[in-house]
Amino acid sequence: MAEPARARPKATPETQHFWDGARAGELRLQRCDACAKAYFPPRPFCPACGSRKVSIFKASGKATLYSYVIHHRPVPGFTPPYAIAVVELEEGPRMMTNIVDCPQTPEALDLDMKLEVTFEKLDEVTTLPLFRPAKD
Amino acid sequence: MRRNQVAVVGAAETTELGVIPHMSQIQLHADAALNAIADAGLKLSNIDGFATAVETPQQIAHYLGITPTWVDGTSVGGCSFMLHVRHAAAAIEAGLCKTVLITHAESGKSNVGRTPRMIGADSLNGQFELPYGVSTPASLFPIPVLRYMKTHGITHEQLAMVAVVQREWAAKNPRATMKAPITVEDVLNSRMIAYPLRILQCCLVTDGGGALILTSAERAKDFPQKPVYILGTGESVETPMVSQMQTFDSSRAFKVAGPLAFKEAGITHKDVDHLMIYDAFAHLPLYGLGDLGFMPHEETGKFIADGHTRPGGKLPLNTNGGGLSYMHSGMYGMYALQESVRQMRGIAPAQVQGAKISVCHGVGGMFAASGTIIFTNER
Repeated sequence: MAEPARARPKATPETQHFWDGARAGELRLQRCDACAKAYFPPRPFCPACGSRKVSIFKASGKATLYSYVIHHRPVPGFTPPYAIAVVELEEGPRMMTNIVDCPQTPEALDLDMKLEVTFEKLDEVTTLPLFRPAKD
Repeated sequence: MRRNQVAVVGAAETTELGVIPHMSQIQLHADAALNAIADAGLKLSNIDGFATAVETPQQIAHYLGITPTWVDGTSVGGCSFMLHVRHAAAAIEAGLCKTVLITHAESGKSNVGRTPRMIGADSLNGQFELPYGVSTPASLFPIPVLRYMKTHGITHEQLAMVAVVQREWAAKNPRATMKAPITVEDVLNSRMIAYPLRILQCCLVTDGGGALILTSAERAKDFPQKPVYILGTGESVETPMVSQMQTFDSSRAFKVAGPLAFKEAGITHKDVDHLMIYDAFAHLPLYGLGDLGFMPHEETGKFIADGHTRPGGKLPLNTNGGGLSYMHSGMYGMYALQESVRQMRGIAPAQVQGAKISVCHGVGGMFAASGTIIFTNER
């Protein structure tokens, strides 16, 4: 469901693959060919060792809930209270997101709970990776 | 950097603090600067080094009529002024300038002459945080708290006690914005802002400013105020994105800056008489106590809840009332420095009797940056 006032990301040359991936229903990360570290956010070199030899790959979409707040103040495109979460991806990197298909309460949002990626299409340009409680 | 080679010889805040709609942001800078210059018994023409944040050095230097030979526009958030002190001390020691003025001011409440802070949609923050409903610092800064609480076994009541204890200090301070006593129940029943933090655990939003003047310890003897020496300093940055911190169990920037300052000062934690830890939100003093090495993180909540940082406690912390109860114009680090200087001069409203060493620790952004200054009144 599109929420027209929600802030839209604008890709740069270094991040285009991530947003293209989200539009295609893939969570794309990068991994260093030299030291094998997976990292986020996108950049064309490894932040661990500095190598420019890096590859883009499709992440599993599996994650756990690392931390969050339940925001009670109004923000365009959101109906408070809503959780702003940081999830830890199975591959290691963490990213900010929202948790959907889940009550936005401390009781339902249990730290370390298993999550899986889902994609929300905002418009023709932007699809956001969000997370929901894992089905399995 | 060598110990005690540079001293604070002038320190002042704006004449008013709180709601100051009749002054623009640059005038608040000037008001603080002129007060500090008067405090040091100087004239504007004596200033040859200048540092400020948010506003550019050229903006404020020109407004004041200063011609500096050394400038620092380091702007890493609320601890920028700790970094300015560190850089200024190095510059004075290196002979780049003799007398440095550092200013902060923000029309944080009244928004008079204040440039809005914008996040571009194509910045990393704009792409990977903004779309998820973040807005004010209150929506961002508390994001690590639940993880910190789970890892270290911190309770909601302990986190509430941070605000309670700081209000006890504020009650002793005529210039504090909020002075009425509060209880843990008051905190836990106050309006929810961003779970787990409620409004009494979030900083105030006010107008104001402050300024410091530094010179060499040799010259400091000839100034009217009791010199406050720079004993140790540290600084670091981590990430502009809170989601990308190495861990939420601690702050890497804190863990770099704090111990660096202690090492440089050549002191242990037992030597510390007075402590300031920038408290934009109630969890920051916990991170600070742990990351600066005062105790394991597991003990920080209990330490505060047991009263060790309150008036009469063994480690007086945030003795002006802090960002939670004293004032917070947006970049509180300057006010923490001002309180450390007052304590070292022996003139603080809630003076810690006989205090000789004060540690002043700042944060910038959402754990994005950090600066630590250790002061002493004995050379």
